[in-house]
Amino acid sequence: MNFALTQTAIDPIHQFQVSKWLDLSIGGIDISFTNASGFMLLGVVLCIAFFGYAASKRALVPGRTQSMAEIGYGFVADMVRSTAGEEGLRFFPFVFTLFFFVFFANMIGMVPYAFTTTSHLVVTGALAILVISIVIGFGIWKNGLKFFKLFAPSGAPFLIYFILVPIEVISFLARPVTLALRLFANMLAGHIMLKLFATFAAQLIGAAISGTVLLGVVGLLAFGMGVALNALELLVAGLQAYVFAILTCVYLNDALHPSH
Amino acid sequence: MLIALLAQGAAHGSGHMPDDAPPPFPPFEAWHMPGQLFWLAILFAVLYFALSRFILPKMSDTIEKRSDRIASDLDQAAVLNEQATEAQQALELRIAQAKAKARETAAKAKQKIDDEVSAQTARVDTEIEKKLEAAESRITEMRTKAMQNVEQIAIDTADAMTARFGLKASPADLKKAVSASLK
Repeated sequence: MNFALTQTAIDPIHQFQVSKWLDLSIGGIDISFTNASGFMLLGVVLCIAFFGYAASKRALVPGRTQSMAEIGYGFVADMVRSTAGEEGLRFFPFVFTLFFFVFFANMIGMVPYAFTTTSHLVVTGALAILVISIVIGFGIWKNGLKFFKLFAPSGAPFLIYFILVPIEVISFLARPVTLALRLFANMLAGHIMLKLFATFAAQLIGAAISGTVLLGVVGLLAFGMGVALNALELLVAGLQAYVFAILTCVYLNDALHPSH
Repeated sequence: MLIALLAQGAAHGSGHMPDDAPPPFPPFEAWHMPGQLFWLAILFAVLYFALSRFILPKMSDTIEKRSDRIASDLDQAAVLNEQATEAQQALELRIAQAKAKARETAAKAKQKIDDEVSAQTARVDTEIEKKLEAAESRITEMRTKAMQNVEQIAIDTADAMTARFGLKASPADLKKAVSASLK
């Protein structure tokens, strides 16, 4: 049988390829403006445009855009308040920025041919390190050495602390790692799956056109799977932004109230 | 068949790569990392600055103003409601007062009319009584006068009759005889 379908190989990794749009460097360090930077800029611009436009309305009875923005505002504010308490609201702008930065990046990534900035570990890792630096910095600034009570919850028998403290330290150190990896891996794996199913469906249906009906049936199944995966990935894109933001709130809560 | 197909595709895909180097995995390539960090720092900072300085305060202001407005409107509504209730109570009181007053006025008027009627009746009654009395006394007077006249006429008649008979009776005898026969 000759399908002529190996002409386009399935390359699900290609979508994560970074390519230079503008060559830049400072002091020998390559800081080129790439497609990753471009789509990140697009997300930031869209975010500012949307919220800026909605905020400029200031209507007593909000319209559709203003309503959406205010729902977003209330959503993040409630999230911060319920996990980190009223004092946590001083971090509200940060959590809001973080949530919508990730949210817009994830959602732009859902558009075909768009680049998903959050599918790069260096980006999610930097955000996670930023979060954990704020937690540690603010925790020590506000609580002094009491911050380290975080690693030794009160009320345990003395000997238990020999086990408890290392576990707490390790779990604390694992936080930025898991925070970064969760978002990165979700976006990466999701987009690989999308690419695989989409390419697979296209190739199999193409083969069906050149004669093999059975492959066409499988191709249609793959296409249906691709559609379902798209819906799932939309959910994941929103959910991972939410998870990233709410975990940030939980960690900030530890900085605000270290002795639980 | 499918597996063969995939294997073929995979073989073709890897065919592009040089055999000695594994295919590079873009997220772990080092060359773009400084640039990614640089632009992330700038763009995240810009977004944070725009949101925290300009956009979020505006939105919180709008939301706060709205909730203030709602609260004050509710307060105002409560006050107005209270006023309305008070006004209604006052109105009901006024109506009750007016009704009582009307009833009182009506009762007074009735009383007055009753009094007047009874007074008039009494006056008329006494007048009638007086008139009756007067009439009666006049009747009696007239009757006595008439009787006196009758007696006199009888006396005169008797005197005349006795005179016809050639007799002369004294007036006292005549009077006695007449009054005896009149009885």
